[in-house]
Amino acid sequence: MRIQISGARLIDPASGMDQVSDVFIEQGKIIAIGQMPRGFSTERLIDAQGLITAPGLVDINAALREPGYGRKGNIASETRAAAAGGVTSLCCTPNTKPILDTPAVAELILDQARDHGSCKVFPLGAFSQGLAGEQLAELVTLRDAGCVAFTNGLNSFTNNRSLRHALEYAATFDLTVIFHPQDRDLAEGGIAHEGPMASFRGLAGIPETAETIALARDLLLVEQSGVRAHFSQITTARGARLIAKAQARGVPVTADVAMYQLILTDEALMDFSSLYHVQPPLRSVADREGLREAVRSGVISAIASHHQPHEADAKQNPFADTEPGISSIELLLPLALSLVEEGVFDLPTALARLTNGPASAMRLNAGTLNVGANADIVIFDPQGQTLVGEDWYSKGANCPFIGHCLPGAVHYTLVNGRITHKRA
Amino acid sequence: MTPTTQCPLQLNEHGRLRHFLSLDSLSAELLTEILDTADSFLEVGARAVKKVPLMRGMTVCNVFFENSTRTRTTFELAAKRLSADVITLNVSTSSTSKGETLTDTLRTLEAMAADMFVIRHADSGATHFIAEHVSPNVAIINGGDGRHAHPTQGMLDMLTIRRHKGDFSQLKVAIVGDILHSRVARSNMLALKTLGCPDIRVIAPKTLLPIGIEQYGVNVYTNIEQGLKDVDVIIMLRLQRERMRAGLLPSESEFYRLFGLTEQRLDLAHPESIIMHPGPINRGVEIESSVADCPRAVILNQVTYGIAIRMAVLSMAMSGQNEQRQLNAEKLEAN
Repeated sequence: MRIQISGARLIDPASGMDQVSDVFIEQGKIIAIGQMPRGFSTERLIDAQGLITAPGLVDINAALREPGYGRKGNIASETRAAAAGGVTSLCCTPNTKPILDTPAVAELILDQARDHGSCKVFPLGAFSQGLAGEQLAELVTLRDAGCVAFTNGLNSFTNNRSLRHALEYAATFDLTVIFHPQDRDLAEGGIAHEGPMASFRGLAGIPETAETIALARDLLLVEQSGVRAHFSQITTARGARLIAKAQARGVPVTADVAMYQLILTDEALMDFSSLYHVQPPLRSVADREGLREAVRSGVISAIASHHQPHEADAKQNPFADTEPGISSIELLLPLALSLVEEGVFDLPTALARLTNGPASAMRLNAGTLNVGANADIVIFDPQGQTLVGEDWYSKGANCPFIGHCLPGAVHYTLVNGRITHKRA
Repeated sequence: MTPTTQCPLQLNEHGRLRHFLSLDSLSAELLTEILDTADSFLEVGARAVKKVPLMRGMTVCNVFFENSTRTRTTFELAAKRLSADVITLNVSTSSTSKGETLTDTLRTLEAMAADMFVIRHADSGATHFIAEHVSPNVAIINGGDGRHAHPTQGMLDMLTIRRHKGDFSQLKVAIVGDILHSRVARSNMLALKTLGCPDIRVIAPKTLLPIGIEQYGVNVYTNIEQGLKDVDVIIMLRLQRERMRAGLLPSESEFYRLFGLTEQRLDLAHPESIIMHPGPINRGVEIESSVADCPRAVILNQVTYGIAIRMAVLSMAMSGQNEQRQLNAEKLEAN
């Protein structure tokens, strides 16, 4: 299929391009930007006057729930939701059932994604067997099966010695390790940010130090082992500063933040709504400001959805008895545009943190609009509106933004030149 | 982008009580009305025939997901004195251990045409969840939810203070002990603030103080001698053994040495001060035995007032809920 996208404003943060140009696609690749190549005959013309064309979004942390948790979501439903949010590539988490610690599970996910998926799926492998934090998973075998990086999620290693050895092993083979820094002991039993709101509502707190102590230790071990490391789901301002300091002294670490952490704070817990139950927890307004600053400056180079769809029952209980997580991958672009509208950062910065920032953190061949690149593209109307919930593709409706009207509307999402989402 | 706050969950469209979940966001007028109503019920309790027919034909379910003796019994008595039919379920020992969800348990009771649930639950916010999502047409009374709130205890403490000390606007009140884990302390702090108490003090070591407690508008003391100086009311809290196991305190005896209410320390308070405790008391842990038995201790009066407060809250919430049902029915007819 030969596609011409005409009249759009092209923004490609990777190359710094921001201009009105046509894009020409053939055999799943961008073959020209600007002038129509000789001999090109347009089979499909996408009139994108007044719209913005950008690299498809790269979401480096989303739970797809397959295999094992079909009542919460599956690869078909959640990647379809992703396409609606402008996502063309995503990394899925290993907390499936069985856990993604064997090549068979990775292959199953990749097969399902190829046959039923609406975006490219890159699995994150379990860093330890069963995510138990004791024995290493077969990292190289998993890499060969398609895992792009390794994580233990919020499950800590049982001791620092095992973690150190795991990092050294990963460093041997230049594998990327993802940390979700949260000290198990300090976080134990906690369900909310330790602060006046949790105190007031009688919710057991998770102190800021649960993150910063784990982060400080992890950074030291990263430095010692020389492993390629990424810090995921940073929630505190002081945590972001620790990463900035490490980067300043030359430790090559990257970091991401959950989109919802840039928007929500623990003030949302006022009415005990389980929709705001997430792990790690929503933090204070000052933390949110620190995270926003780190995104602006590039210390945090990626924003991820941290999409966690749930069935309705998982949230139908008093706060402490509910499962944590927010389903919002299909709002990734509109939520980013709401922050642009609020003046938190400009549009090119927002797009950079959603495209080449995350792609380079995970070393994915994605996130740019170069000639010769895969035609992974999102086309959206910055003046449009998205009424959240009007269409809903994820199996998880556990989303606090349902009913809100967000700025911007995704008109088309293309993966390798194939249209995976078109605005109804 | 921030979530919108709805109209107050525990009030009906006319601003009357329809649930009683927490003292948060209730006005001084409403709290005073509860106290006044309770005062009138105290007289009922003193009569030979202790019943009034205010809730005749109504069914009250006490649903306790957590153990309780005095709260459960006084709620039962309060409902019976209002002529309601009462059933009490200790759910911790029944359905949930068979795997039934909280939602299903309550819907089952609702199907038995219960008009009111009195609920105690180990999770903070459990009664909010029930009033919002499970049984919005049944009046929900919070009998204690996690560390969050114990609003009837809070109000019975206010009644105790008002009956013994009068006007709140002149008082110094100290709350001593395990503030962190105490729903009673949280409800008391809110009620005292709403009723205009100018000097609310909390006295505890840092391990038993919630982070950011100053934002309640209270004065924090870690030294009991300083904290008790000239106070009119002392509210002691129960200290549970788990706190030592969790490493928050070294031992009961060191706690007593540093924070126990002894006769000597009592001398620092105002000579006419009163001593309160939500019970059950630990003699020799948070309070000296002779102090617990002295004439200034009003711990048993609190229990008596507790019945009157619960009668007041049950009857007010029932009439507010009935009013709302009527409003809803009228609206339905108008459509």
